[in-house]
Amino acid sequence: MQHFLQYTVSGLATGAIYALVALGLALIYRSTRILNFAAGDMATAGTFAAFTLICMQIPFGAAATAGVVVGAVIAMGFYFIILVPAQRRDANQLSQIILTLGLALILQGLVGHFGGTEPQAFPFPLSDAKLHKFGTVVISELGLGTLGISVVCCVLFYLLVQKTRIGLAMRATSENLPAAQTLGIPTRRVLAFSWGLAAGLGVVAGLFLAPAQTLDPFFMLEPFLKGFAAAILGGLNSLPGAIVGGLILGVAEGWAGGYISIAFKNTMAFLIIVAVLLIRPEGMLGEEFKERV
Amino acid sequence: MDLIESYKEELQLVRRNWTRAWVLGLLVILLLLPLYCPEDWMQIAALVCIYSIGVQGQNLLIGYTGQISLGQAGFLAIGAFAFGHAARFGIPWPLALVVAGVVAGLFGVLVGFPSLKLKGPYLAIATMGFGIAVYQIFVNSELLSGGRMGLEVSRIEPWFGLSRAAFTYYFNFAFMLLFTIVSYNIISSYMGRAFIAVRDNDIAAEVIGVNLTRYKLLSFAVSSFYTGVCGGLYALYMRFLNPDMFTFMDSINMFVAVIIGGLASVEGSIMGAAFVLLVPKLFAAWKHLVPVIFGLTILVVLIFEPLGLAGRWMKFRLYFRNWPLR
Repeated sequence: MQHFLQYTVSGLATGAIYALVALGLALIYRSTRILNFAAGDMATAGTFAAFTLICMQIPFGAAATAGVVVGAVIAMGFYFIILVPAQRRDANQLSQIILTLGLALILQGLVGHFGGTEPQAFPFPLSDAKLHKFGTVVISELGLGTLGISVVCCVLFYLLVQKTRIGLAMRATSENLPAAQTLGIPTRRVLAFSWGLAAGLGVVAGLFLAPAQTLDPFFMLEPFLKGFAAAILGGLNSLPGAIVGGLILGVAEGWAGGYISIAFKNTMAFLIIVAVLLIRPEGMLGEEFKERV
Repeated sequence: MDLIESYKEELQLVRRNWTRAWVLGLLVILLLLPLYCPEDWMQIAALVCIYSIGVQGQNLLIGYTGQISLGQAGFLAIGAFAFGHAARFGIPWPLALVVAGVVAGLFGVLVGFPSLKLKGPYLAIATMGFGIAVYQIFVNSELLSGGRMGLEVSRIEPWFGLSRAAFTYYFNFAFMLLFTIVSYNIISSYMGRAFIAVRDNDIAAEVIGVNLTRYKLLSFAVSSFYTGVCGGLYALYMRFLNPDMFTFMDSINMFVAVIIGGLASVEGSIMGAAFVLLVPKLFAAWKHLVPVIFGLTILVVLIFEPLGLAGRWMKFRLYFRNWPLR
């Protein structure tokens, strides 16, 4: 029982990271029907920007904020400079997805060129080694921080989407694009904001993941793929689904790692993807597909 | 682009005398490659031949049937390891290649089943999950991957007293030629047209009488057969296998080759394979920037030239056909 609780709690801490990544993916999928394959690399780019600033003796808070802004600016720039012209030329959904893949390759190459491919230690105010005890369960300071920040992010995100004017505009745009345009909502700016927001969430996840691992250009690849799994599990077009999916995936991984074998832990996410897609492709909280001939 | 007056003409591989002439010229240039080409470039050429088989398979799936797959490295790994293990059991290499193709093809059918239910982005993720799961299984199972030292594959001794590099090149070139001809024939047969119908509108295709289940699965099977054979040839070329040759990035590379070469084009697949392998060779000094080049090329291709290198080539030919009357 003690082990069970321990696995669950450490699973929740990793799940929180997946939830943030999945939230970004679901946000973009919901509003533009694009799977963002560049999400991981945008997050990596933002984290590397923050890392560079920290190395220049800039305080952590400012550097982290700058990193989030860099990620958001990259995403918005991609939307305005690449995606909008492509849409003007009637690019279909598939080629828009491939465009994000192109961006992912570019960012990955640039980060590798300027940031270096050697794994580096990421300085972070919260320590991975300092442990807190709650009853029988032990959690590191970093794990606690990760859980905290993702709860804060999710609450802020909920308030933004449900209670503000821009949130209303975002919901309207993802619900029905032409109708939103007719009503005078500046849909391009709203969509650009969604892209920025999604990338920002990714960078936050990256900032909290980097100290747990080492920083190299590929450090977000696996969490990004897991984030995909989480988003699929919860339903790609459902925002609460992304959070729930991320947490479930994290806990399932924790259990699989604890009870079955560590080696099986990583395969788990991809088996979940295939299984969910076979049984219920729309995910737990997603809506069913409708198609017209 | 051509006016076709009879069915027989439609089925012809090469229609014009002029095309016949340059295709023949190109074949001669490629056949005489060992005479004037330094050895390291010949090895790259052999690798391009191998890779283009896999890219053709992927293109049959993505370009012709419209079923996106981001898990091609999984089939490649299955083909390569199936070949490696079969060769270890003493099965002669031609048979082992068939085994590699068939095993990969069976897995292709397995992965094809989700495609009956899923579309576009969802299928992309399902296949991506498959590719990564295969990689992880090979990494974690020493029985399958041949242990920490990897799986060794014995090589074929050169025939007819050729040098090793020349033999490798001719050997793989022959396979590329064979598979290219097969691809052209698949495309102009009923099967290829059924694929194209499924791509353009699967519901309409089903209404006309194309068996959707059969042709979607068949397209996965054919595509992964190609990829499996490509994996087997790759194993013979490398003479050594380890799971790290088949990561998610390798799936992406193959995908990039299809997009840059040109969707739904056989010659485009070969050009794409050459592009993906020659760029890292030419820019060896700026190794980290190679993905940037790939990415930028993808953006340029998708926005300005959606038919890829093959489309550019076709426009080039059309221009000179009508020159100077344009």
